[in-house]
Amino acid sequence: MDVFLQTFVAGVLKGGLYALIGIGMTLIMGVMGIINLAHGQLMMVAMYITYVLHLAGVDPYLSLFVAMPALFLLGAVIQRFLLNPLLKADTILPENQVLMTVGIGMVLTEVVRFIFKSDYKSVTTGYSNATFFLGNISFSMALVISFLIAIGFTVAMFFFLIRTDIGRSIRATAQDKDAAVLMGVNTGRITIITFGIGSGLVAAAGSLLAPVFYVFPDIGGPFTARAFIITILGGLGSTVGAIFGGVTLGLAESFGATYISMEFENIIGMTIFVLVLLFLPGGFKRLTKI
Amino acid sequence: MAYFQVEKLVKYFGGLAAVNGVSFQVEKGEILGLIGPNGSGKTTTFNMISAYHRPTSGRVLFKGQEIHRLPTHKICRLGIGRTFQVVKPLGRMSVLDNVIAAAYSRVNSRREARDLALETVQFCGMTPVKDVLAKSLPIAGRKRLEIARAMATRPELLLLDETAAGLNPTELLAAIDLIKKIRENGTTIIIIEHIMHVIMTISDRIHAINFGQTIAEGTPKEVAANQQVIEAYLGTDYA
Amino acid sequence: MKKNLVPLIVLAVLAFFPLAVKDNYYMHLMILFLMWVVIGSAWNLIAGYTGQVSFGDAAFFGSGAYAAGLLSVHLHISAWWGLALGGFAAVAVGLPFGWICFRMRGAYFALATLALNEVLRHSAAIAEGFTGGMVGILIMPSFVSKVPYYYVALGMAVAAVISIQWIVHAKPGYYFVSIREDQDAAESLGINTHYYKMLSLAIAAFWTGVAGSLYMNYMGFIDPDVVFSLHDISIMAILVGIVGGVGTVYGPMVGAFVMVTVQELFRSGFFGLFKYLGNVTGSGTIVSIAETITGAHILGFGILVVVVILVLPNGIVGDWPKIRNAVFRTKPAT
Repeated sequence: MDVFLQTFVAGVLKGGLYALIGIGMTLIMGVMGIINLAHGQLMMVAMYITYVLHLAGVDPYLSLFVAMPALFLLGAVIQRFLLNPLLKADTILPENQVLMTVGIGMVLTEVVRFIFKSDYKSVTTGYSNATFFLGNISFSMALVISFLIAIGFTVAMFFFLIRTDIGRSIRATAQDKDAAVLMGVNTGRITIITFGIGSGLVAAAGSLLAPVFYVFPDIGGPFTARAFIITILGGLGSTVGAIFGGVTLGLAESFGATYISMEFENIIGMTIFVLVLLFLPGGFKRLTKI
Repeated sequence: MAYFQVEKLVKYFGGLAAVNGVSFQVEKGEILGLIGPNGSGKTTTFNMISAYHRPTSGRVLFKGQEIHRLPTHKICRLGIGRTFQVVKPLGRMSVLDNVIAAAYSRVNSRREARDLALETVQFCGMTPVKDVLAKSLPIAGRKRLEIARAMATRPELLLLDETAAGLNPTELLAAIDLIKKIRENGTTIIIIEHIMHVIMTISDRIHAINFGQTIAEGTPKEVAANQQVIEAYLGTDYA
Repeated sequence: MKKNLVPLIVLAVLAFFPLAVKDNYYMHLMILFLMWVVIGSAWNLIAGYTGQVSFGDAAFFGSGAYAAGLLSVHLHISAWWGLALGGFAAVAVGLPFGWICFRMRGAYFALATLALNEVLRHSAAIAEGFTGGMVGILIMPSFVSKVPYYYVALGMAVAAVISIQWIVHAKPGYYFVSIREDQDAAESLGINTHYYKMLSLAIAAFWTGVAGSLYMNYMGFIDPDVVFSLHDISIMAILVGIVGGVGTVYGPMVGAFVMVTVQELFRSGFFGLFKYLGNVTGSGTIVSIAETITGAHILGFGILVVVVILVLPNGIVGDWPKIRNAVFRTKPAT
């Protein structure tokens, strides 16, 4: 029973962090219809920023405040110069945009590898391994803090989208770009801002994850995959869905690793992905909307 | 047994009934007009006939055979062609190639397909633009291309969905002429149209629907005088 | 006949190539080039003509390669039988692959193919009893000289290109392009879009699988990360397609030539420049930089993807007028 609970707790905590990764992506996908296959790589960049700052003695939770704006800028630049132009081009492959993000992801990974080499770096802090116990179940301190911060961001995003002008503009652009333009929304600017926000959020995830995972250039790929799975599970554009999706994936991986084998972790995610695409195309959002 | 009939068709989208019990029959060789305000369920009905949507309940019968569960391409092969309200040109192909693609549904060799396509293009008066890329055509050309493509599949029954919308008066006359020519050629037609004088002059009979239900049926004159039809289009003040 | 003149000349050059050039290094590059012509043409069929952009071609390549390898390892048959069977093995994988992925359209289709590619890769790694897992498969190459492999590759490339072109110019070709342009309109014209998408995929899978089998025979060694590789096979195939020109006849050939050259440029560290420097100075650092450059071919690919998509979205062949104007500074005809 204890093993079960432990696995469950680990899954939920991990899931909260995954949700943070997913929110950024669901925003980008839901709002702009842009499939960002470089999402995990953006997170990777944030992790390295955290690593470098850590070498300088800065606590990872503080480097959040550096990584997030940095990635916001990076995301905005990418959107402005590399993605916005594509929206106008008329070519045979509308999937050019997806390919472009693949290319960007590759460039980010390799540039980082060039600078930092492929070795696994780690960001260890006093609390990296700290745990506290509730009964027989151990809770990783770092993951709990990250979980709480992730929930905090989610709630903040929720209010941002509903209450602020920019948030409303973003939602308007998501629902109908042309109509939004007619209403005076500068959709070009909104897409840039949205991509920036999405990148900023995943940067937060990166900084929060750095104390807990190894940092290496290729860590981006599997996280991009996870971001997708979460987005598809939760439904495009739904922040609440991202939380459900994240926790579901966290639990699936956790139970898969404990009860089947470690190697299944990768396949589980992909399999869920395909299954959801096949059988529940709208994601959780669809289930709750009836 | 009617040539073509639609029996108590119902289509729900979520909780909303777009079509709620529409029935009508069409005789061979006639032109049936389908009218109703925007959102009344006309295109949804067409979509059910050509199997882009499956009816929630009800049947569609063509020459006695149930067709509402068949896939779209099979329905085309059985002899029902359609045009789309929002035109769907095969953009990067020429007008002729668009029609050749349609012609291949009836013949198998390249030569035959090309011949059938040229013939159809000629019939629809598009020979001067046959080598133009479909995406370069203005709206009138695209609408005409929809018809030409559908005709190349040699339909016995043709569903025309707002082929006159967006056309200027000259283009309108040309469109009406083409439709008449198609009927004279032996094709039965069901036409959805908003432009009253088009549909009233061409149709043998009219079927009016609103909120997914039939509100009137009869000759154009009868339907035009019908209380409910006037209300639906112009509001209760005019009834 | 003028239209056929250039291809015939190219074919003649390729046919006589091994007689003129004996250097194994260039032979190797040419064999790779021919292999990519096949894979690129196949991808062009499913993506360029039918409009279904697949990110998972490695699944077919790997299936073909493993089919050939496993025949040798488990059944002790010559891996050459894999050339025929590899194609069919890839089709066998391709059919369920397509059945699952074609339920989605556009970018979701692309994502699904990517996901399945990865599932296959991990499965091959896990199924150790069957595939040898990460250890891979090792077989004895049948020939020492590269020449026989070259001619097999050439034959394969010619067969693939000609058969695909023949299909594209007939009814299926019209149907494929119609599906690409507007799937709903295509259905209304009597086109069984599901069937034709599967057909297009099956043909593409077949040829990609055959290429995979050739790879197994030629290289003698494969493992899941090599033949099911997302970056080195699937994305390379896409690059060959888009660099050359999607939906064109000669695009895949031009693309294959360019991509193999670029790949080799990186792999050899700018043709051994860095290694030479490292040896000359005896510096370990320079040698490790050389190694980094070697691995940086992915960086090159990444940059290439970004640049090509921005500047030449229709590929070299597709955007040829644009290139010609830029190089010769002629004013484009309005």
